[in-house]
Amino acid sequence: MFGKLTLHDIPFDQPIIMGTCLVLIIAIAGIVAYLTVARKWAWLWKEWLTTVDHKRVGIMYCLLAAVMLLRGFSDAIMMRSQLALASHDHPGFLPPEHYDQVFSAHGTIMIFFMAMPFVVGLMNFVVPLQIGARDVAFPVMNAVSFWLTAAGALLINLSLGIGEFARTGWLAYPPLSELAYSPGVGVDYYLWALQISGVGTLLSGINLVTTILKKRAPGMRMMTMPVFTWTALASNILIIASFPVLTATLGMLILDRYLGGHFFTNDGGGNPMMFINLIWTWGHPEVYILVLPPFGVFSEVMATFSGKPLFGYRSMVVATMVITLMAFTTWVHHFFTMGSGADVNAFFGITTMLIAIPTGVKVFNWLFTMYGGRLVYSSPVLWTIGFMVTFTIGGMTGVLMAVPPVDFALHNSLFLIAHFHNVVIGAVVFGCFAGFTYWFPKAFGFSLDERLGKSAFWCWFAGFYLAFMPLYALGLMGMTRRLNHYDNPAWTPYLLVAWSGAMLILVGIILQIAQLIISIRTRSRRRVKADPWNGRTLEWAISSPPPVYNFATLPMVDRIDPYWSAKVNGTPLMSYASEEIELPKNSSLGFLMAFFAVLGGFGMIWHAWWAAVVSLIAITALMARESWDEDDSYTVSPEPARSTR
Amino acid sequence: MNTMLTEEGTFSDAHPLLPTRQQVAGFGFYLYLLSDGILFASLFAAFAVLRGATDGGPQIQSLFELKNAYIETVALLTSSFTCGMAMIAADRRRRIKAQLLFLATVLLGLAFLNIEVHELFKLSASGATFSSSAAMTAFFTLVGTHGLHVTVGLIWLLISMAQIHFKGITDGVFRRLICFSLFWHVLDIVWIAVFTFVYLVGAAP
Repeated sequence: MFGKLTLHDIPFDQPIIMGTCLVLIIAIAGIVAYLTVARKWAWLWKEWLTTVDHKRVGIMYCLLAAVMLLRGFSDAIMMRSQLALASHDHPGFLPPEHYDQVFSAHGTIMIFFMAMPFVVGLMNFVVPLQIGARDVAFPVMNAVSFWLTAAGALLINLSLGIGEFARTGWLAYPPLSELAYSPGVGVDYYLWALQISGVGTLLSGINLVTTILKKRAPGMRMMTMPVFTWTALASNILIIASFPVLTATLGMLILDRYLGGHFFTNDGGGNPMMFINLIWTWGHPEVYILVLPPFGVFSEVMATFSGKPLFGYRSMVVATMVITLMAFTTWVHHFFTMGSGADVNAFFGITTMLIAIPTGVKVFNWLFTMYGGRLVYSSPVLWTIGFMVTFTIGGMTGVLMAVPPVDFALHNSLFLIAHFHNVVIGAVVFGCFAGFTYWFPKAFGFSLDERLGKSAFWCWFAGFYLAFMPLYALGLMGMTRRLNHYDNPAWTPYLLVAWSGAMLILVGIILQIAQLIISIRTRSRRRVKADPWNGRTLEWAISSPPPVYNFATLPMVDRIDPYWSAKVNGTPLMSYASEEIELPKNSSLGFLMAFFAVLGGFGMIWHAWWAAVVSLIAITALMARESWDEDDSYTVSPEPARSTR
Repeated sequence: MNTMLTEEGTFSDAHPLLPTRQQVAGFGFYLYLLSDGILFASLFAAFAVLRGATDGGPQIQSLFELKNAYIETVALLTSSFTCGMAMIAADRRRRIKAQLLFLATVLLGLAFLNIEVHELFKLSASGATFSSSAAMTAFFTLVGTHGLHVTVGLIWLLISMAQIHFKGITDGVFRRLICFSLFWHVLDIVWIAVFTFVYLVGAAP
């Protein structure tokens, strides 16, 4: 019935895990009790679980990302605390097999279930509003994408209390991740969670590219699209082009583990290095999938708060698309030490350095946007300036490591860890927070508390430098990544500083939670109109929060920043007459598919084959039922839809 | 574009600038097919890397007969032709003709699958199994993934035929048929690549 799963697979002897599980169970029980007492189940089902409204799907993506940020950050705190303690005779508090799971889970969760949902959530919410559309191209599929991502996140978190997680690092390199060396279910949790959420991400990429290319408001040409929409287009093109490689690669590892294949095994002629090539063919574009939309956020924030059009719109678009193409030309720099030879390494070293050029163009564009403007130092601007400083430093250490001989010295050292946190936190995380603060009033109709937002920024900003600058030094001193114990006393002071930085970031996160709670409680005082920031693009022309159909009459666009022009000229937005508004009906497809995806994934992980078969049949039946019902939309009249200024 | 602007600054034409639902769905599905092409490209790359890694076993091209692969090819290409004819009939809302041609597509697809599965089982029975060597793993995976796509396509087509039977060729049914036919033709293109790189190039001296 339960396959390999027995009661022994639940780690009752691990107080840290059991304590966490207890807290989680109490929290979930509390939420269930609240929903029952407040009679909110029907509301939850109707308004959220079955919604296909891109705005709500976007909000759910961001909520998932926020919860996963807490999970991934707890892992980070545990690692920093372990290393602050574990030198010489002191073993720390995490045994090696647990520590290995913690760093694997930290990387996997932060990339796939924190950064990805946050970025996809922002794109989901903002892109249709910016291009003057009523929804995405495929609203039901959009909900399916979200729920599959959530299913993957749920599977990975189940591994906390049921069984174990991978001990292989976030990319599960073979041969370590093969059955011979990882016989447990940890790697299987990793594989199925990523396969399920990967399908969701691919569908979301197809959806957003179609939306941007086919659903733009009448008259909006490609070169009049807002820059955030451009970066979203680039990011989703990269998703379509690279996620199938991830699916294929993980699929090959699954075949190795489940059917005795020899793609990446040591024996049978397998080639582990092929995995590393394939996974980074996805992995390097993934970096740009994550970072390009935040670049778009910074562009919007800088133009809005400087009160000027973005400097060099065309060069920004060209830089974005050049990065998109070049994203596929640099993957070997992740494994120069594989020994492909001087010529191959030199080629990829040079392409890696070249990609810094379009990125540099962007930094100068943001600087020149600020120049001569009247910059309002709101918290989105603080995140943006913090990003520019931090990202430039991270970019420079990246160019340094693009030199293959240097990389041979620094490969797998903490210098690398410092570098990629420098760019990922500096750009992706700061960008997500900037976008979150910037569009929050649009999503909910009230603004976030600025004082707490700014305090949170300073904690994150200072905390980041305290936590990661010591890692550069430690890397140069020879400390490698993924150590859970060390005996070089010279490293201790640096690791203590890094720990204090993580603590300061924790304060930042607590301030952000406080900011959210206090802003919600005082929302009646913080109501905003359509356009709280004096914005430039179409999303600021409609009420906050926007009506379900977004635009009562579709806008007509003939230039960049149409809303700004309309405000400056004192004319209303040109609009495109339409008699009726057709909207998609709610659909339970996404939620139900995710339910069976979790069941099927869990069955595959624990070798309970019946569950996988049942899920496969159920998902096929659900899709057939969905395609049978053609009555999938309803119309509303635009009368109550007067946009408010 | 300004010629369409009326005096009140509104546009009265009935959405000539917005694509139809069918155009949007077709475009989105086309993007999916491109992504599927990249999935197959990864498998082709893996096959190219591993085809020589037979772990002491026989070279991969010595294992199969070209004749059966050729019959498979003819069956699948013909099924694409009948699918195309069925789509022309469906476009003219000629239900019976469309159903018969789709039925031919199903039968040809089943013939393809039957030969393929038979071949793979015969190989396994002769000792060249999925887990014999990296080369065999890559071969079975590439051919099997294509076969899996054909299977999914057949299930999809059967559901579509049931929809034609019970609902007629409505706009929604036709929209999904367009996506299906795109899918079926792309599987043909992929098979031509499989036939060329796995069977023909393999058989070349």
